[in-house]
Amino acid sequence: MGIYTVTLPDVGEGIAEAELSEWNVSVGEPVAEDDIIATVMTDKAAVEVPSPVSGRVVWLGGEAGETLAIGSPLVRIEVEGYDGAENPFPEPDETAGEEDKTDAAPAGKPVGTPVAAAPVEHARTAAADTRSYAQQIPPAPGRKPLASPAVRQRAREAGVDLRLVTGSGAAGRISHKDIDAYIERGPAAPSYAGRSRATGSKDVKVIGMRRKIAEKMALSKARIPHITIVEEVDVTALEELRSTLNGRYGGSRGKLTILPFTMRAIVIAAGEQPGINAHYDDEAGVIHQYDAVHIGIATQTPTGLTVPVVKHAEASSLWDNAREVTRLAEAARGSKAALADLTGSTITITSLGPLGAIATTPIINHPEVAIVGINKISIRPMWDGQVFLPRKMMNISCSFDHRVVDGWDAAVFVQRLKGLLESPALLFIEE
Amino acid sequence: MQELTCKLLIIGGGPGGYVCGIRAGQLGIDTIVVEEGKPGGTCLNVGCIPSKALIHAADEFHKISQFTEKSLLGISASAPRIDLARTVAWKDGIVNRLNAGVAGLLRRAGTRLIGGRADFIDGKTVNVLTGESNTRIRADHIVIAVGSTAVELPFLPFGDNVMDSTAALSLTEVPEHLAVVGGGYIGLEIGTAYAKLGSKVTIVEATDRILPQYDSALTRPVLKSLQALGVTVLTSARARGRNAKGLIVEQADGREKIIKTNRVLVTVGRRPRGERANIASLSLAMDGAFIRIDDKCRTSMRGVWAVGDVTGEPMLAHRAMAQGAMVAELVAGVPRAWDKLCVPAVCFTDPEIVTCGLAPEEAAAQGIDIRTGQFPFTASGRAMTMEADDGFIRVIARKDDGVILGLQGVGKGISELSAAFSIAIEMGARLEDISEIIHAHPTLGEGLQEACLAALGHALHA
Repeated sequence: MGIYTVTLPDVGEGIAEAELSEWNVSVGEPVAEDDIIATVMTDKAAVEVPSPVSGRVVWLGGEAGETLAIGSPLVRIEVEGYDGAENPFPEPDETAGEEDKTDAAPAGKPVGTPVAAAPVEHARTAAADTRSYAQQIPPAPGRKPLASPAVRQRAREAGVDLRLVTGSGAAGRISHKDIDAYIERGPAAPSYAGRSRATGSKDVKVIGMRRKIAEKMALSKARIPHITIVEEVDVTALEELRSTLNGRYGGSRGKLTILPFTMRAIVIAAGEQPGINAHYDDEAGVIHQYDAVHIGIATQTPTGLTVPVVKHAEASSLWDNAREVTRLAEAARGSKAALADLTGSTITITSLGPLGAIATTPIINHPEVAIVGINKISIRPMWDGQVFLPRKMMNISCSFDHRVVDGWDAAVFVQRLKGLLESPALLFIEE
Repeated sequence: MQELTCKLLIIGGGPGGYVCGIRAGQLGIDTIVVEEGKPGGTCLNVGCIPSKALIHAADEFHKISQFTEKSLLGISASAPRIDLARTVAWKDGIVNRLNAGVAGLLRRAGTRLIGGRADFIDGKTVNVLTGESNTRIRADHIVIAVGSTAVELPFLPFGDNVMDSTAALSLTEVPEHLAVVGGGYIGLEIGTAYAKLGSKVTIVEATDRILPQYDSALTRPVLKSLQALGVTVLTSARARGRNAKGLIVEQADGREKIIKTNRVLVTVGRRPRGERANIASLSLAMDGAFIRIDDKCRTSMRGVWAVGDVTGEPMLAHRAMAQGAMVAELVAGVPRAWDKLCVPAVCFTDPEIVTCGLAPEEAAAQGIDIRTGQFPFTASGRAMTMEADDGFIRVIARKDDGVILGLQGVGKGISELSAAFSIAIEMGARLEDISEIIHAHPTLGEGLQEACLAALGHALHA
C-alpha cells in the first residue's frame, strides 16, 4: 500500500493557478479511477478533475475557495499495491519536508514508509459508534424552540406549537408567561400575526463561479462609465415573419426565437459602426475594432451567469446562429462548455426572456464597448395617426462605454437596430 | 389455560418495562408486566448496578494497596486481601434488595407482575409460559421491552472460561490473567476493576484506540490510568480464537500473538433481542436489527409500542426509563412526545467520562458555528485535594446566542456531574446563565462554571 499524490493539472489555459470550487470526495472515502475528485475554477470555466487511480483519500490539498498553483498536490490517495515509484511528491511528513529543503530531493523520489492508516473496516466501526453518540440530539430542521421541559410539556398539553410562540427571554427562550400570552392572544396576536421571528442568518462563501461573476461585474461597473439607451421596437412584422418561418421550416431546421434576428441586426448595424463592435484596452489606450462579430449570449446556469460566444455570427444563417445559441446554452447549463466556447466575444446580448421587464440597464461585458438587452414582448396600443392599433412591442436596452462611444453614435446604433427589427425584410436585402 | 385481560401489557421487566409499569399503575391503568427472570432487567441484575458494586470494591481495595511507605498522604497500611466470593455475595445482596424493591414499587402502583416467558400470538394477544402452565393475556396496548444481550463471537463462544459481562461480574476468585476482547465502556469498566484487584489485564481492541466513540481528548486520561495500572492495551488488534495457551490475537501488522490467559471477557457490543417473544410474527417495520419507533415509541403496528435497547442506540437504562414513562402517559391519554435534547452517557472507567449533547466535531458536522470552553482539573483545588487533577470539563455552545449544545468531561467522580450537564442542556441554558450561577467552592462542579466562563473568553481560574 502506498500514497499516490494527484497534482492539480494544467486545465488548459496556460494559467498559473486555479480556484478550488468544490470537493467531490472527502478524507477516508474510497475513490475509483476516473471518479471526479474536485472541481476547479479558472477565469472562465469550471473544470472537473478525475482520479487517475483507485484507492482511499487520505489528504486534501485545501478548502473550497482556496486558490492552488497548477502542479501543486491536490489530493493524496492510499492505493493498494502501489509502491510510490512514480510519485512526484513525498508524503505529508514534517521530516520529509525538511529534507526537501536541504537536499533538494529530486522529483520522483520513492515514498518511504506509507502513512499508517487504520484499515477501512476499522474506520467504519468507529464511524458507526460515533453515529450513535450523535443520536443523542435528534436532528431537527432549523433550530428547536428554546424552552425548558416543563414549558414544552405544558405547550403540548395546551396544543400550542412552540415554533409559533415568540420567546421573550434571552436567545428567544420561551417561558410559561410567553405561552400564557400566546394562548390569550392566539396565533393572530397583533404584534407578530402568529408568525415567529426569524432570527437565524447564514453566511455563504463567495467562491468559484460566483466570485468570478462578482469580480467581472465590479470591474465592468467600476471601469466603464455606462450610457444606457432604452428604445421601443414594434416587432409585429418580425413576429409574423418568425411565425411564418417556424411554421414552414420549424420541423426541418428548428425553431427560431427572437435572438437570431437580433444577432442579424447587430451584425448589420455593427458593420456600419465598427466602433461598436470593439474592445477598449484602456491601459494601452487602444480600441481594437473587429471585422468578425462574435456575439456573447448571457446565459443563466445553475451556478450563475455565464456568457458563451457565438463565433462569426456574420457568416452564419439565421438557423445556424439559432442552433449554435441552443448548443452553447445547453453546454453552459451542463457545465460542459469548452473554454473556446466561453471566450472571444466582441459584443454581447442579454435577455431575460419572458421575465424580461420593461427596461433593464445592462452592464457591459468588459472589455467590450456595447451590450444589447432584449426585454419582453407585449401587445400595447400604438397610435398610427388615426387610431390605436394593438401592436407587439418590445423594448431594447443598450449600454455603451461612454468613454469611446458618444451618445450620438449610441443613438444611431440603437435607431438602426430598431429600423432593422421593425422592417425585418431589411435584415435580408441589405447585404 | 388461564385467560387474563388488561389495558396495558408490558413484555420485559427491565428499566423500560418496569418504569412503564409503575407509571401506568400510578395513572390508574390496568397493567401487567411479564418478566422471565428477576425484575430489573440487565441493568439491575447483571449490568449497571452489579458492575458499579464490583468497581467500588475494586476501588477500595486498590486505594488501600496504594498506602505503602511511598504514599504522599503519609498513610501506610498492610497489603489488603480480598475474598471475592464475599464481595459477590455483598453485590448479590444489593441486587436482591433492588429486585424486591422493583417488585414492591409495581405492587404499590397496582400493577401485576407475572413471571414467565411471553410470546406474541397476535398484536393484541400474548401467551405467557410459567413453568408448565400457559396464560393467555389480551391487552389493548402491548409494550415490547425485551432489551438486548451481549454479542457473542462465533470463534469465542461463551462458556468454558469465555465470559460475557454477566459471568465476569460473578467470579468468586480474582483471575490471575484476564483478556478483555473489546475496548468499549463495558470491557474497560470491568477490566479496570480486575486490574485494581490484581489481575494482569490485556485489552484487545479492533479499532485504533479504546472507547472509539469518544474523542481522544476524553479518552487520554483513561488510557494513562490504564497504563499506570499495568493494563496492556492492544489496539488495531483482533481476537481470532483460543488455544491451550491462551487467546490468539492478530495484531495490527498481521502477526499473531498469544496472550497467556485463563479467562477471556468478550465485550464487543450488545444486540437487540428481536428474536424473543415471537416478535418476528408481527412483521414490524425494523431499523436494521432494531424495532422502528416514532417519536411516541409507537411501532408500525397499532397498539404495539417498543421501548429501550430493542429500539436502538443509545442502549442506556435511563433512555429506556424515560421512554417507558412516556408510553405509560400516552396510553393514559396524556399528550407526550420524545422531545429530549440529550441523553447523557457515563463511562465508569477511572477516571470517569461523561458526555451529554453534541461533541465539537458533531456540531461541526451539522454545520453549527460553535464556541467551546474547557476547564482543566489541574486548576481545581478540590481535584488536587482528592489526588484527581487529571481531566477536564468542556462546553460546546452556539456561537451566536451562547445556547449550550454539549457538555463533556473526564475526571474522577465526574459521573455525578452528569445531572448538571443534562439540566443545563435540557433547560436551554446559555453560557451566560451558567457563568452567572454561584457554584459551591471547593467542588469539581465549579469546573462547569469555569468552562462556560472560558467559552465567553474570561475564565477566572484557568
